[in-house]
Parts: sequence; structure tokens; C-alpha cells
Amino acid sequence: MNRSCWHIDSNTRDRLLSIGFPLLLLALWETAVRLQWLDGRFFPAPTAVAVALWELTVKGELLGKLWLLPGLIAAGDLSGARKVFAEGHLWVSLFRIFSGFFVGAVPGIILGVVMGMNRTIRVALDPVVSAVYVLPKIAILPLVMLVFGIGEVSKIVIVAIASFFLVLINTTVGVRDIEPIFLEAGKNYGANHRQMFRHIIIPAALPIIFSGLRLSLGTSLIVIIAAEFVAANYGLGYLIWFSWQTLLTENMFAGLVVIMILGALFTSGLQALERRLMPWQREELPTLVSADGADMGGTGAKA
Amino acid sequence: MTVKIEAKDLSKVYPSRNGPMCALRDFSLRVEEGEFVCIVGPSGCGKSTFLRILGGLLAPSSGEIKLFPRNEKAPLQNIVFQEYAIFPWKTVLDNVAFGLEMRGVPRKERRETAHDWIRKVGLAKFADAYPHQLSGGMKQRVSIARAFANDPEILLMDEPLGALDAQTRAILQGELVRLWEASRKTVVYITHSIEESVLLGDRIVLMTAHPGTYKTEYAVPFTRPRSFELTSAPEFARLSYAIWQELEVEVKRTMEKQS
Repeated sequence: MNRSCWHIDSNTRDRLLSIGFPLLLLALWETAVRLQWLDGRFFPAPTAVAVALWELTVKGELLGKLWLLPGLIAAGDLSGARKVFAEGHLWVSLFRIFSGFFVGAVPGIILGVVMGMNRTIRVALDPVVSAVYVLPKIAILPLVMLVFGIGEVSKIVIVAIASFFLVLINTTVGVRDIEPIFLEAGKNYGANHRQMFRHIIIPAALPIIFSGLRLSLGTSLIVIIAAEFVAANYGLGYLIWFSWQTLLTENMFAGLVVIMILGALFTSGLQALERRLMPWQREELPTLVSADGADMGGTGAKA
Repeated sequence: MTVKIEAKDLSKVYPSRNGPMCALRDFSLRVEEGEFVCIVGPSGCGKSTFLRILGGLLAPSSGEIKLFPRNEKAPLQNIVFQEYAIFPWKTVLDNVAFGLEMRGVPRKERRETAHDWIRKVGLAKFADAYPHQLSGGMKQRVSIARAFANDPEILLMDEPLGALDAQTRAILQGELVRLWEASRKTVVYITHSIEESVLLGDRIVLMTAHPGTYKTEYAVPFTRPRSFELTSAPEFARLSYAIWQELEVEVKRTMEKQS
């Protein structure tokens, strides 16, 4: 047998495996339902889920009745156009996640930097922050609804609270753990407060701040779905919950698929932003050779 | 000769769990303008503490420290730190230009100066590289260039070559001699290597074991310009050994205390 035709380089092999194996699982699932080894009412076949996803889209449930948009805009009916989005489960959830995330993360970063830099404030606030942090945020949803009502605001607030504490804790740690030698170098070379902040504190803490942002975006997704289970008429969480109650399991699975795609997009979006903001952390480095030749060991690239 | 640095009876006491810990005790030193003074002592003798007091990063618990500026506009002193205190998030160019940027030197001018020093330390090809792409020796070259580019009147060096392997270290010692002899700035150089101090310094100050204070000092008689070749001279070995005999006592005392 000619071995060379079986030879695939390891990258291609990895890619084939990482695409091929999930496809194989889906195929098995499909077959199992077709042969009635699995109950299609509880575990609809992947093709049925795909059809459900398509139906939800074209009926305007998932993305709203987008085809009405051109007419509404032409007629100058902006509130009507807004209503189109307000009736799409995906847009509703996204709006809640991002506005809550933004409202929580920005003060989280600011207070985190203050707590990281100032020991007195840190010691004073730490017990409070730790106590609230361990509380599962969804547990205070009833309280939030008591204060902010059952409308949109309470959903944004609950996401904001969840993001705030995660970002706050990570930023505090990131700033507190900056190598003192960097701060000393800044001081010795005459950096004023503003320069310290811009040239040393923020870039030094940025990797940890980002891991806080990543965690809190993931948590936002969890929190909003859970909140929509119990207290909403729109949103992906509502779609899943309602589909379960009416035994439309295809729609329930379609909702799950959309959430999976969202999670993946969030992660890769943040990664792209990280690479842009922190070019010094890039993994794929050219191997450099030392200029003097005396110390060639250990240069550059992590192979 | 004009006096550049005058330290009188400096002490530094840190609070610690076992009561106050004295890191430096009644240390006095006078450094002339343009002099290269090496301070050698066993580890933990407070020599880095002294340098941080000189660099304005620590306040002494008692005693007096005076630096005499010649030019009010130029920076008075800058530190070349132990190990890698260059900023990982800045390119080589931005690291070297850091002091100039903090002083508000216009972008074009500071880039020119930085490029100039990057060339002088042999890193011209790496101006746009980030520190993680460099070897240890190259990183320390950046650190040295950062200090020289800022052009302070006094250079404070805190074991700048301490973390390097012996071969890289030898190369950088040679480069440091060359750079310094071209500028003749006042230098206080902390090291635990006797050979390094004899090769680089005009004068070597020995410190006692913890809590550190002045023990004795040696004038280094070798003419300049010097090069690494000096290390092969018999007089070099003789002076190094004489210093070692004095230092050995202190090192042993440090070890006894630790055990």
C-alpha cells in the first residue's frame, strides 16, 4: 500500500477531527431518532431542530418581522421599527445583556482600579464585596424586581450587578498584583499620576481585567436566560421556557442552539479585542536570534 | 572635584512581624562628580535599600541624603533596575523613550534619541519588538538604554547584570565600560560580583553583613579605557582576591545568621 497518500500533516488532521467528530455525533443522533431508539418528542433530530430554527426566523419570532422594516422606515415610523426589534427574542436578550454588561463593567473597572491602588479602601470594602460576590445573582432577582418593577429595567439591573462584581474583583486583583518594580520604574522616571495610570497601571492590569470581562459576559448570558425563564414575555430564555411548557421541544432546542452560537461569538469577539488591545501578548511570535550571539537560548517564541 | 552625592548616617528600619527590622545602619558615603562607585556586600546587606533611597523610592528612617544637581532641567538620577523592569506592554523603542516621554519631550525628538541609544546597545533590528520576544541579555540592554537615553546626571544601577548567565554578563560588562567611558556620568553600581566591581569601578565600597553598614573601601588603580581583557591581568586577580578575603567574613556571618 502506498503510505504517502495516507499522510496528512498534523494541522489538517486536527482540523478534520475537530469538525468531523461533532458531525459524527450529530449523524448518530439523527440516526437514533430515525430508528426510534431515541424519543423524537423529547430529543428531536438535528434536522428537525434546524427546520424549527428556520421557522422561528421566517415567522419573525427570533429576529422580529424584519421584512416590515423598509416600509416602516420609509413611512418614518421609528417607534414601529423599534417595535420590530422588541419582538425578536434574540435582539431583546442581546440588548439586556449588553446594556447590563456595560452598566456593570464600567463602574466595576473604575472602582476596581481605586481598590487595587488604595489599600485603605480595599480593606474597608473587601468584606462587603466578598459577601455579595458569593451570592448567586439570580437569587436577588425578586428583590431587584421589587425595587425596579417587572419591566426591562430590572433585567438590565440584574445583569449589571452580576457583571459589576466579577469585573470589580478581577480589576482589583489585577491592579493590586502589578509588579512593584514597574511602579518604581514609573516613579523613578518621573511619571505623574495621570502618566502612571495610562502607561503603567492600566496596561499592567489589562490581561486580568479582560479575564474579568470574559467571565462576566458569560455570566451575563446565564443570568439573563434565568431571569427570562421566570419574568419575561420576550427573550431567548422566554422562548426556551415557553417552548417547554407547550411541549414544542424543537423550538426549545433551537433556542439552545442560538445561545451556543451567542456564547461562541462572545468569546471570539473578546479574543479579537484582546489581541488588538494587547499586541504584546500575542502568542504567534517570530523566533528572534540574539544580536550578540552569546545568549541565544530561550529567545522569543513559545514553540 | 565636586561632591555629587552625600549620604550621612543613613538608616532604614522596616516594620516586620518580629518587630522592627533594620535594613541599613548608619551608612555614610560621598561620591564625586563623574566617579564610578561600586557597592559590594553579602546578600541582604541593604545595598539595594540604599540605592532605593538614592533613587527617591524610599525615605530613610534617619540620616541625611543629598544629591547635588548641576543642571536644573536635566533629570538628576535614574535607576537601572535589577532583573527585568522594562515594560512588557511597550516596544523596545517606547521603553527606551519612556523617560523622555514622561518629561514631555516631543515625539519626534524622543524617537530619534531612543533610536540612537537602541543602535548603541546593538538592538537596531529590534526597535519594534516587544520584550517577550527578546532574550535576557537583550532585555537588560533595553533597560540600560532607557536610563542612558534619559540622560540623567547620576546613574543608579541595582545589580543590572545579576540575572544573566556568565557569558552574556561578560559581554554586557564590556559594553557598559564602553558606554560609561564615553559619558563619564556619576554612577553608583550595586553588585555582589567582586570581579564586576573591579572591572567597572573607580572605587569599591564594601558593606558588612546585615544590618549593613560601611566596612571599608578600595581604590581601583587600573587606567581607562578598560576592556574585559583587564580580567586576565595578575593585578586584577590580586585585588579581587584581597577584596574577597574581606568580604568572605561578612558572607560567612550572613550564612551563620540564616542557619
